[in-house]
Amino acid sequence: MMKRDECLKVLARHRKDEIVVAVYTAAQEWIHISPSDLNYTFTGAMGQGSSHALGLALGRPDRRVIVLDGDGSLLMNLGTLVTIGNAAPKNLIHCVCENGTYETNGAVPIPGIGRISFAAFARAAGYPRCYEFSDLKHWDHGLDTLLKEDGPVFVDLKVEPGENYPEDFRRLYSVEFREIFRKSLQK
Amino acid sequence: MAELKGNEIIQQIKRAAVRFVVALPDRTTSQHVLKEILKDPDFRVVQVCKEDEGVSICSGLYCAGERALLLIQYTGLLDSVNSLRGVAMEGKNPVCMMVGLLGKEPGVPPTQSKRYGLRIVEPILDAMGIEHHLIETSGDITKIVPAVEKAYAESKPVVLLIGREPL
Repeated sequence: MMKRDECLKVLARHRKDEIVVAVYTAAQEWIHISPSDLNYTFTGAMGQGSSHALGLALGRPDRRVIVLDGDGSLLMNLGTLVTIGNAAPKNLIHCVCENGTYETNGAVPIPGIGRISFAAFARAAGYPRCYEFSDLKHWDHGLDTLLKEDGPVFVDLKVEPGENYPEDFRRLYSVEFREIFRKSLQK
Repeated sequence: MAELKGNEIIQQIKRAAVRFVVALPDRTTSQHVLKEILKDPDFRVVQVCKEDEGVSICSGLYCAGERALLLIQYTGLLDSVNSLRGVAMEGKNPVCMMVGLLGKEPGVPPTQSKRYGLRIVEPILDAMGIEHHLIETSGDITKIVPAVEKAYAESKPVVLLIGREPL
């Protein structure tokens, strides 16, 4: 099991010019760990992060898009795995931060905890490459490879809460920041 | 009153510079709109499993600089109310939707339909502040391009309600 913020810090060290779509707690942490105009947190409704990411990936095949999804979020939109598997964007890396709870909504356990495999769901839905990481060193090493692979790539990150970061949903869903993102992507 | 034609709808979609069609089949538009679009190399079709995915995919495409149309049935629109609330309206995304009113009686306004599900569509959109237009005859297709242009100019969603099956 990895501390989520440490896991995100490893990703930040590997990041170059990738678009990163992040939801909920991962987003609250990511905007501090890897601040960038190319962070997209304007997902608006639970479960929708990977769908926004798919639109970005299809619209900008020249850019790599990483989504930091949640396990409760992905359960709310499981069909997205089939949609993404079918659309098959080579530039999409779909990470799910699996902490086993609806952390933002009171840390209540997700259904199926310990019995379901998100990587198996993704593999069955047509993602050609699926990984699971529960160790920071393996994650660090794995990023060397998976950031260069043709996607869609699925990554299940086994995480637990680390340090506390400030919660600011107004910032995450800000239309003003969305416009900064949109204009940055046009450059 | 001239009949609605699928090829004329498709021409208007192209005139609106829409390149991506995000779709979940609707009996009203499947035969003469979606199936034709699937064969048309001018479009990239993204098939979704649930309509609310489409609201977000269209929003991502907008940020990526692409225009998209979400082609769905009114039941899917009703199922997507929370995404329309958070992604399209609060997020100020120009999500353009073409929504089939399956089972609407020809010539009868949706609010006067015998079907409960159809009667509530326009009042719900009004309550949410989402602009909508009824496309039921050939003459109505001239509403399509200005509606899409306005959506992108003002960064807000629009719904084009297809009132009968096109030929």
